[in-house]
Amino acid sequence: MDVSNAQVLDTSSTQASEIRRQPRRNRSGRLEAREARAFWLLISPWIIGFIASTGGPIIASLVLSFTDYTGTAQFPTFVGLQNYQMLSIDPIFLKSLAVTIYYVILSVPLSLILSLLLALLLNQRVRFQGVFRTIFYLPSIVSGVVISLLWQWILNPDFGLLNFALHFLNIPAVLWFQDERAVVPAFVLMSLWGLGGPMVIFLASLQGIPSDLYEAASLDGANNWNKFLHITIPMLSPAILLNLITGVITAFQIFVPAYVITQGGPNYGSEFYALYLFNNAFQYFKFGYAAGQAWILFIIILALTILLLQLSKRFVYYES
Amino acid sequence: MAVQARSRSKMQAETTYTVRDTTLWRKRVSKTLIYVLLIVLALVFLAPLLWMLSTALKTEGDVSLFPPIIASNPPQWYNFVTALIKVPIPQYMLNTVAYCAATIIGDLLSSSLIAYAFAHVRFRYREVVFILVLATMMIPYQVLIIPQFLLFRSLGWIDTYLPLIVPTYFGSPFLIFLLRQSFRMLPREYIEAAKLDGANHLTIWWRIILPLSKPALAAVAIFSFMYHWNDLIGPLIYLNTNEEYPISLGLSQYTAALGGTQWNLLMAASLVALIPCILVFFFSQRYIVQGIAVARVTTNERENANA
Repeated sequence: MDVSNAQVLDTSSTQASEIRRQPRRNRSGRLEAREARAFWLLISPWIIGFIASTGGPIIASLVLSFTDYTGTAQFPTFVGLQNYQMLSIDPIFLKSLAVTIYYVILSVPLSLILSLLLALLLNQRVRFQGVFRTIFYLPSIVSGVVISLLWQWILNPDFGLLNFALHFLNIPAVLWFQDERAVVPAFVLMSLWGLGGPMVIFLASLQGIPSDLYEAASLDGANNWNKFLHITIPMLSPAILLNLITGVITAFQIFVPAYVITQGGPNYGSEFYALYLFNNAFQYFKFGYAAGQAWILFIIILALTILLLQLSKRFVYYES
Repeated sequence: MAVQARSRSKMQAETTYTVRDTTLWRKRVSKTLIYVLLIVLALVFLAPLLWMLSTALKTEGDVSLFPPIIASNPPQWYNFVTALIKVPIPQYMLNTVAYCAATIIGDLLSSSLIAYAFAHVRFRYREVVFILVLATMMIPYQVLIIPQFLLFRSLGWIDTYLPLIVPTYFGSPFLIFLLRQSFRMLPREYIEAAKLDGANHLTIWWRIILPLSKPALAAVAIFSFMYHWNDLIGPLIYLNTNEEYPISLGLSQYTAALGGTQWNLLMAASLVALIPCILVFFFSQRYIVQGIAVARVTTNERENANA
């Protein structure tokens, strides 16, 4: 018998005698304990995985960040805050932080606004909506190496498609990935091709807005702009917050395109945070130093997420 | 009198008619504008892929022409053969298929079992534990990779696929979340009936939950496939032997193999690497789009409810 049924019976028989009630409660308690045991047993793979690949490593990397461990058999020496002190004066680290923040500030708002506009456009009861959605979403499934190679070719200074388009508009050629000033915008441009992901989420939220809200507003004489500002945006605000947070987190961790295309160049102009961390850890085997970098990143991302969630309390509207 | 009345009513009819006509006309203009905008944007989004195909079919000389031409005459279909001979793309593909098969099985089995516990096994602090599962999604992988690498190295797993495959058998938070959402929608009566018949949890999971959740399991399989097919960082850290590379890592070394100049061959190889992803996408779009939208939107509502 199910626990809930047992509990229902239990409460319904409160007026019954002590003798009758006692065994029932015991029985439901035993069932509850058995279910709890089953629960822990069933999720045990996750618990083992959590300890071995998440909980353990988080603490281990914090400990490592206070050592000079280089991956050899030699036992690591405790060096206190030395890694963090060195990071605070490491010019490449500081540049990697600056370059990454520049990328985040440029790419996240652009991607958010453009994906929202695209979703609004697609939501205008057009025909072939499915076809358009597929086309806009398609690039975001081909992440990683292929996209990077493709954009390296599109943004090729001499024979690339984009410089041809600029030439067509009488704009002088840009060196893109080979120019320190243009390299981050080049990566932003590339990331915008993948805005189908947030667009799909916006579209799903738009389709969830009840149409009687708009009808009521029309009766009150609201125009389209008013409806957008006072119905669409508030109703979309949870999706906006979601896309903002996931956008910031992913943008902060940009790695693959820089690894494939520029290897951090020119002049560390695209030495993104995750790339410099990866190089320190797996090229130079400075595990302690890289662990320090990883923890700083962890704290930055955590702080940003909390900040955005706090700010959002004022702006995000939830129905229920 | 009668004539006047009739003409007035006719006039009224005419005015309403013109009013309706102008709104209709305005609607039509805005509709056309929307279509034009959508088509232009669709072309912009498709252009990179078309440019990829066009480059893959060009001769080496035609690749370096400015302004570029659309296609070599005749199209160089042989580029695909050359690309596949120059770099062992078929080998990489086979490696990736085996790797993906192993990880998909792991993801499906472990995540569905764990999700079943979170959806249908009663436990007082179940939701608290579930929040912990969700919270692990927020942790940047950079904090974890160094200790994970050291752990797998001490197990002697470097230069094997084990560090990439084994963790999938311990559940992935995003997939657990996705499956839990869909398992909760299943009618409780089936599960209750099975319990009355004396079925244990493993039987219920295997004989009732899984057969009823094929669309959700398909979505999980697709997400798992896409993730592992495209993942670069894992293979980059753990694999050293060229013949064992998956397609992502193999292709990233391809620029070096071709001297970074033979863009026609590079694009041909990239296109081949892309085909499985695109095929999977077209046959399973519905699941992907629904999966993402449902999961993301509900996660968000959840987070808020818990905040």
